[in-house]
Amino acid sequence: MASATQPPVTAPTARLGQGISSAFARLVRRPEAGSFLGMIAVFVFFVLAAGQVFVSPAGFASWLNVAAEIGIVALPIGLLMIAGELDLSIGAIIPASSLTVAVIAGFFGLPDGVAVIAALGLGLAVGFVNGTLVNRTAVPSLIITIGTMFAVMGLTLGLSVMVTGSTSASLQPAPQAKALLGQFVGGMFQITIFWWLGFVAVVAYILHVSPIGNWIYALGGDRISARNAGIPTERLTVGVFMLSGLCAAFVGVSQVMVYQSAQVAGGQSFIFNSIMCVVIGGVLLTGGFGSVLGIVLGTITFSMVNQGIYFTSFDPNFGSIIIGALLLVAVLMNDTFRQMALSYTSKKKT
Amino acid sequence: MTHPVLELRNVNKSFGPIDVLHDISLSVKAGEVICLLGDNGAGKSTLIKTLAGVHKPTSGEMLMDGAPVSFARPKDAADRGIATVHQFGGTFPLMTIGRSFFVGVEPTKGFGPFKIFDRKTANAVAVKAVQEFGITRIDDGDRLIGGLSGGERQSLAIARALHFGARVLILDEPTAALGVKQASHVLRVVMEAKKRGVAVIFITHQVTHAMAVGDHFAVLIRGALAASFAKGEKSRDEITDLMAGGEALADLDAHLDDAAATVS
Ligand SMILES: Nc1ncnc2c1ncn2[C@@H]1O[C@H](COP(=O)(O)OP(=O)(O)OP(=O)(O)O)[C@@H](O)[C@H]1O
Ligand SMILES: [Mg+2]
Repeated sequence: MASATQPPVTAPTARLGQGISSAFARLVRRPEAGSFLGMIAVFVFFVLAAGQVFVSPAGFASWLNVAAEIGIVALPIGLLMIAGELDLSIGAIIPASSLTVAVIAGFFGLPDGVAVIAALGLGLAVGFVNGTLVNRTAVPSLIITIGTMFAVMGLTLGLSVMVTGSTSASLQPAPQAKALLGQFVGGMFQITIFWWLGFVAVVAYILHVSPIGNWIYALGGDRISARNAGIPTERLTVGVFMLSGLCAAFVGVSQVMVYQSAQVAGGQSFIFNSIMCVVIGGVLLTGGFGSVLGIVLGTITFSMVNQGIYFTSFDPNFGSIIIGALLLVAVLMNDTFRQMALSYTSKKKT
Repeated sequence: MTHPVLELRNVNKSFGPIDVLHDISLSVKAGEVICLLGDNGAGKSTLIKTLAGVHKPTSGEMLMDGAPVSFARPKDAADRGIATVHQFGGTFPLMTIGRSFFVGVEPTKGFGPFKIFDRKTANAVAVKAVQEFGITRIDDGDRLIGGLSGGERQSLAIARALHFGARVLILDEPTAALGVKQASHVLRVVMEAKKRGVAVIFITHQVTHAMAVGDHFAVLIRGALAASFAKGEKSRDEITDLMAGGEALADLDAHLDDAAATVS
């Protein structure tokens, strides 16, 4: 964020003191304040518990690869949550898009590009249906997207068995497609990490730079007032759900490119994991508050716990306990920081 | 003579089988404050939502400057200069002052499709607009709305409406739940709007507030216009009676008297 110019202060010590306190005040009222501290704590914990290997390139790669895949879905889930909505159908879109690619390119032998476009189109279409249903009915998006999740899952299973006779399909991606979407950079870093960075940039632009971001906050703050203020709330809702479908489909595509096979099951874990990343990242479950940086930090924290546990001598099952505890602490801490943000008044005039 | 800025002629509104407004005719001129009074559920909010383009009238005519108008969406009304501060909401507690001030009409800089929300301008304009109304305690556009007091929020919402060139300002119970001092702040903002030649429709349950700013009073009872009178035509007590549905009570008395007369 751009820093406001400080008024000139005569005594240098006073300026320093004011600089620090105003920097602190600025940090504290940002949605990601809590998640930043959480990430540092988790990082330090695993450096101490796992030692050198956690900070080696392989250590970084292990959680970055996980973070990239969840992160790409967590971004639009965060936007939706800020807008006051949820999307569980991503859990079905991911395997559906993987299978779409594997069936079209692997089974029928059509070009990879065609398969990828079809898969992304599928994600957009499911998002469109979700958004439209949310607009047309008064049913909460939680319920609507559970419905579409089961519908997509059933269709995927049915069509896959009908066409290929099995619930999985394999794919031998063309070299360009593999290089673009499925390669390991330096032998260990999934290319998905770089795609994630790209998605972060785009979503950060949407939420924090473009006027649409303001609409999304307003939508989550108070839907009716947002509509009364002249925001095209229905188009906006459909748009965000389509973004969510697109991102989930993209993760499905990159998974099939990396692992070269696709199953009907799989993808369910993304539902809870992405919601957890977003909440740990300081997004308010009931909408209206949150930031892209927070979502990214939450994703990193989640992935570090998820993978870091394997580098320690603990039973990996303890990882889930840490994640559960982290979620609680994160929500409590974020509540505290939000209160501080609300009660923040501008620099005290002495 | 010039036309009233906004005029309703025989407007009815029903939600399915429920008739909420009956045959309302009302007009407001520039620089005039109309107080809309009535008991809970009388239809005040419904009436102003119809004016604001949230609801479409079931029948009847709406005119601006003498020409018929019809609003499909709230934005249509806003584009014609009808600004509404609704009873509930209207502000976004977790947004900054600058951001919420410009919701729906964000100032942007940048080129082509790459529009950038201009935070600096938004903050500066918002703070200046509120300060012009004497709310000098608001001096940082980055503060969150939720941290402001009720009166400051209302004043901000009104300042916002006026900033975007409102010709008609509709306020739904802006002084409800406010302390004496906060309420007087809001009333002062209303007077300032009137001075600028804005037509104001002001809803309140408090007679004191109504009498402080109103030029004209309209009383709704069960969706019908029960009384309409200018400032000074009725006493404070009469207005209080009307607001409590006094005419209906008077009717009831008459019926009882009739009944008593036939019995004896
Ligand atoms: N969308 C709607 N559908 C059905 N009935 C409605 C709707 N909106 C309002 N009503 C009914 O219309 C009547 C008038 O409501 P309205 O909100 O206009 O009252 P009000 O005069 O503003 O009351 P208050 O002083 O409590 O704010 C109520 O009986 C209400 O139940
Ligand atoms: Mg009302």
